[in-house]
Amino acid sequence: MSSPVEPGLKSAAKLAAAVRAGESSAADALAASSAVIADRDEEVHAFLHLMTERAEAQAAAVDAKIAAGEDAGPLAGVPIALKDNMCTRGAPTTCSSKILEGWHPPYDATVIGRLEAAGAIMVGKTNLDEFAMGSSTENSAFGPTRNPLDTSRVPGGSSGGSAAAVAAGYVPLSLGSDTGGSIRQPAALCGVVGVKPTYGAVSRYGLIAFASSLDQIGPFAHTVEDAALCFDVISGHDQLDATSIPEPLAPTLPNLHDGVEGVRVGIIDELMGEGIEPDVRRRTEQAAEALAAAGAIVDTVSVPATIYGLAAYYLIAPAEASSNLARYDGVRYGQRVDGANVATMNTNTRSAGFGDEVKRRIMLGTYALSSGYYDAYYGKAQRVRTLISNEFDAAYENFDLLLSPTSPSTAFELGAKSDPMSLYMCDVCTIPSNLAGHPAMSVPFGVGDDGLPVGVQVLGPMLQEPRMFQAAQVLENAAASGGAA
Amino acid sequence: MSGEISRDEVAHVASLARLSVTDDELTTFTDQLCVVLETAAQLNALDLDDVEPMAQPYPLANVLRVDEIVPSLDRDEVLSQAPAAEEGRFRVPPALGEAP
Repeated sequence: MSSPVEPGLKSAAKLAAAVRAGESSAADALAASSAVIADRDEEVHAFLHLMTERAEAQAAAVDAKIAAGEDAGPLAGVPIALKDNMCTRGAPTTCSSKILEGWHPPYDATVIGRLEAAGAIMVGKTNLDEFAMGSSTENSAFGPTRNPLDTSRVPGGSSGGSAAAVAAGYVPLSLGSDTGGSIRQPAALCGVVGVKPTYGAVSRYGLIAFASSLDQIGPFAHTVEDAALCFDVISGHDQLDATSIPEPLAPTLPNLHDGVEGVRVGIIDELMGEGIEPDVRRRTEQAAEALAAAGAIVDTVSVPATIYGLAAYYLIAPAEASSNLARYDGVRYGQRVDGANVATMNTNTRSAGFGDEVKRRIMLGTYALSSGYYDAYYGKAQRVRTLISNEFDAAYENFDLLLSPTSPSTAFELGAKSDPMSLYMCDVCTIPSNLAGHPAMSVPFGVGDDGLPVGVQVLGPMLQEPRMFQAAQVLENAAASGGAA
Repeated sequence: MSGEISRDEVAHVASLARLSVTDDELTTFTDQLCVVLETAAQLNALDLDDVEPMAQPYPLANVLRVDEIVPSLDRDEVLSQAPAAEEGRFRVPPALGEAP
């Protein structure tokens, strides 16, 4: 399936090169992006807010730099969309929640400063499931986002707006956040590349917290190269995030085309069985064959504890969320619904401001952390987290990378998964990497029986992004040359 | 863990989390939370006695910086985003008793 994409907006690397060479301008790139958005976003609803003034000023600054013969950066003139859970100074940041409506953060997230320094143009803020809790972007206080490839379908979630913004050709790059699959699953459903980096590789300063020990920012792109380019720009130590990895990280772009000759790749047995649609499984097997054809040594590997990932995640993430979301008390930011005293005001504000899924997870997390249940729920889930991490470590003694489907199915119809548990199941393949803190990414690899894109997930051990991107590049090449036909 | 949560427990948890729920919502939330907790009960099958809990994935401890004064957020800009502020502070209703 093809999307109505402006060719110039499909490749960030090519666009930046053209802008840097003076063949195109940042202002033209922004105008092209704005035109596509104006044409199509009423239907898709990827954006909650456009940052027009700031974008125009950024574009003018980039063009002035180039006119003055200065280096405008590796992303010069590239329009970028940001998930609306990243703080943008002076521009609305809602997390798709009524409780933050009208709030204008007094600071920028670290990633935004890094993108700006690299010459990127921030065009706007994208829709998400409220506070990033969901897998379809239907659960936004401001209405759902639709999949640009088939608007009767969801784009996945929770970063559905950022995935759709790239898939629809609005922007060549966007940022999402991934707590249990919220970048990789929508990337798979929208047919784009999506990366969840190693925990701590990208600063979380200014990313509004959902589950702090799992959250990680990462890019969406049409190509593996663009995703690598963006990752290299946004990653690296930040003193403002205490969980940021202090050691220098290896860049991914220089060795992107090194291939997979001799690389050992394990297909995760437990993620290829029941619950995964046969067409998705078939594409994953084809992807493994493509890696083997490029010289990789491919085998299956058992990581038994991955099947417990979902259960552990739905205790850990709500527990951390219940703590993180305690700050929405009607005192410092966003909406307040008044009451006769502080406690009543807090309750009135939170009851009116949060949607049902957020309330469910806060209650679940409060319960899992409460006296008498802590060891049975939260404590046990944290031990399972160690178990999964240990089993991954054991698998990586024999393999360099692992492979699995990204999502159990292709994009489903809006409204098709109305009970919480069936939506939670969407993340079964992606959650284990968040629990272990490892990098993982989704690469488009052909289509399913319904003609909609299938994503294949490449998983790596801690900080092995360079090798993960190399394998993803091989898959992209194979898909382009008919390996996913 | 039994994998179940009673209606009364859900009501208690909601009040701890400063959420008010209607009777209908209480019924729905209780049913939904029971399903999630039943799934969580799968973890009972695992022998975890010798496994240490993991709080976060990357082994960092005592992250410190030099104790120097550095610029912080602009107070007026921060307060301009609060629902109510007065004399450089956030303003809230009375913590004890009720507003007159």
